[in-house]
Amino acid sequence: MANDPEEKQPSASPKKEEPSAVNPSAAASEPASKPPATPAVPAAKPPAAAAPPKPPAPPKEGPVALDNDLVKRYKERFGEAIREAWIDRKQAILVIARERLVEIATYSRDEEKFDWLSDLTAVDWPKREQRFDVVLNMYSLEKNERLRLKVYATADERVPSVQGVWATANWEEREVYDMFGVVFEGHPELKRILLPDEWQGHPLRKDYDILTQDTAWVRENLGIESGQ
Amino acid sequence: MADQRIPFATHAETTVLGADEIVLNMGPQHPSTHGVLRVKLRLDGEKVIGSECVIGYLHRGVEKIAEHRTYTQFAPYVDRMDYVAAVSNGLGYCEAVEKLLGAEAPLRARVIRTILTELQRIASHLFWLGTHALDIGALTPLFYCLREREEILKIFEKYCGARLTTHAFRIGGLQYEAYDELEKDVERFCTPFDKRVDEYESLLTGNRIWVGRTKGIGILTAKEAIDYAASGPVLRASGVKWDIRKAMPYAAYDLYKFEIPTGKNGDTFDRYIVRMEEMRQSRLICLQAIENIPAGPIMGKVGKVLKPPPGEVYHAIEAPKGELGYYIVSDGTTQPYRVRIRPPSLINLEAFDKMIRGHLVADVVAIIGTLDIVLGEVDR
Repeated sequence: MANDPEEKQPSASPKKEEPSAVNPSAAASEPASKPPATPAVPAAKPPAAAAPPKPPAPPKEGPVALDNDLVKRYKERFGEAIREAWIDRKQAILVIARERLVEIATYSRDEEKFDWLSDLTAVDWPKREQRFDVVLNMYSLEKNERLRLKVYATADERVPSVQGVWATANWEEREVYDMFGVVFEGHPELKRILLPDEWQGHPLRKDYDILTQDTAWVRENLGIESGQ
Repeated sequence: MADQRIPFATHAETTVLGADEIVLNMGPQHPSTHGVLRVKLRLDGEKVIGSECVIGYLHRGVEKIAEHRTYTQFAPYVDRMDYVAAVSNGLGYCEAVEKLLGAEAPLRARVIRTILTELQRIASHLFWLGTHALDIGALTPLFYCLREREEILKIFEKYCGARLTTHAFRIGGLQYEAYDELEKDVERFCTPFDKRVDEYESLLTGNRIWVGRTKGIGILTAKEAIDYAASGPVLRASGVKWDIRKAMPYAAYDLYKFEIPTGKNGDTFDRYIVRMEEMRQSRLICLQAIENIPAGPIMGKVGKVLKPPPGEVYHAIEAPKGELGYYIVSDGTTQPYRVRIRPPSLINLEAFDKMIRGHLVADVVAIIGTLDIVLGEVDR
């Protein structure tokens, strides 16, 4: 889950903390697919313990389980559908059941007044069974607060579309579909938005290398061998 | 072809004009689409009854690139999104990473950031005003707007050596100390600037053609604006008094007094008035800020190698065009695991279809102009 890096952090941190100019080049050569090394660790609890060893910035940062009034209200209303709740950099995050997304989104908009959907996006964790986080960043104009909803999905699972709750989600869901291949159930017109319609592949997936391209499309439509 | 023309002519009398719906393609190479935007319009005569924006012609995969750069290396890339307001892009990114690190820029750095960002807002609005007026047919304002914008770009050039893709800030503070005459230059620009805005207004605000072309065009009600998550001047012109600089202050905005201008009708004219007033307010912020730039360091305590602890952050700033948000996920390495950029232009453009329906083809350029989009940011 989103906390997975927790586990990894301690092992990563002791390496070297003193700023040394040698480091970046070493880091840059690491393959990009490496990061999600410890994806499927569900524990949302032990965050504070992981960070302290290092002196400069890290100590207080990192996810901490959250149980305030807001979370209680959500839990009271939706029970098991609220899977996890934590706070990270002072920002509240709820992980909810995918099937009930529309219901919870509507409740958030109408009852909790998170009427303004800042952003809808996704994150890919290929080593996890449910590899995609679909992330909704909501904002309440009335309460001046932000809240983040997350649902998990495998590559084949469909995520309910919230286009009917916030009109703005239309293009953002198309972008997530375009870049990650997540399919939104109930979206009126789910097609690519940034890439050409016939393009093969979903570039923001971690297994899509940065140099990859749809060579057949490039050859056919641009009349060149490579777009690189 | 000849065969078709004859029946068309005979049917004309029975079906009034015999006009069917036609689909008109506009762009991607069209001077008034401000870049490579393509719009498909469904027309009934001259009236637009539907539209579809086709975007992506300038897609460079910025978010993918971010995953393959270190935090520091990625910073210059964000300048290339909204290239008309590169300083604002940089501010948002630097602050987001600082939040992720748990670091903060020192006060002096934050004040200088505020000054430069507000100058950038003025520059962006000037460029918008010039081109928007040009699209509608008023040629003159463009020259005046670019004249003033030039002065701002000169300040940027003196400060960091670049005019457009400035990369003015660094994660943790500033790379460069303010040059000696920064205050003087900003003052020299700001002092007469309100008169200049009055001048632009005297060219447009009471102008019958301008009013005719903008009043009642592309109305977006407050409810619709919220539904479409419009932000910035587009939201405020619909009467929603919301500005991130006030709601969730960042940089040094909590130190200065300024107003949030709002409109009533949410039409093109109101958006114009709101932006004009915002320029005046930005000028006031700059004048307040240069009065007292605190002494002190310009870089906070951040390591040379940035390794934010695992976790995620969403940080948004009020860019000239609206809410510019960065959602960054860290996995504890030197490279971001995921960077999502919430571009205000893209989200504002989404309301285009809502705004254009029922208006004339000529209003298409007015509405594209009033949304103040930059395609580099829409497509990323």
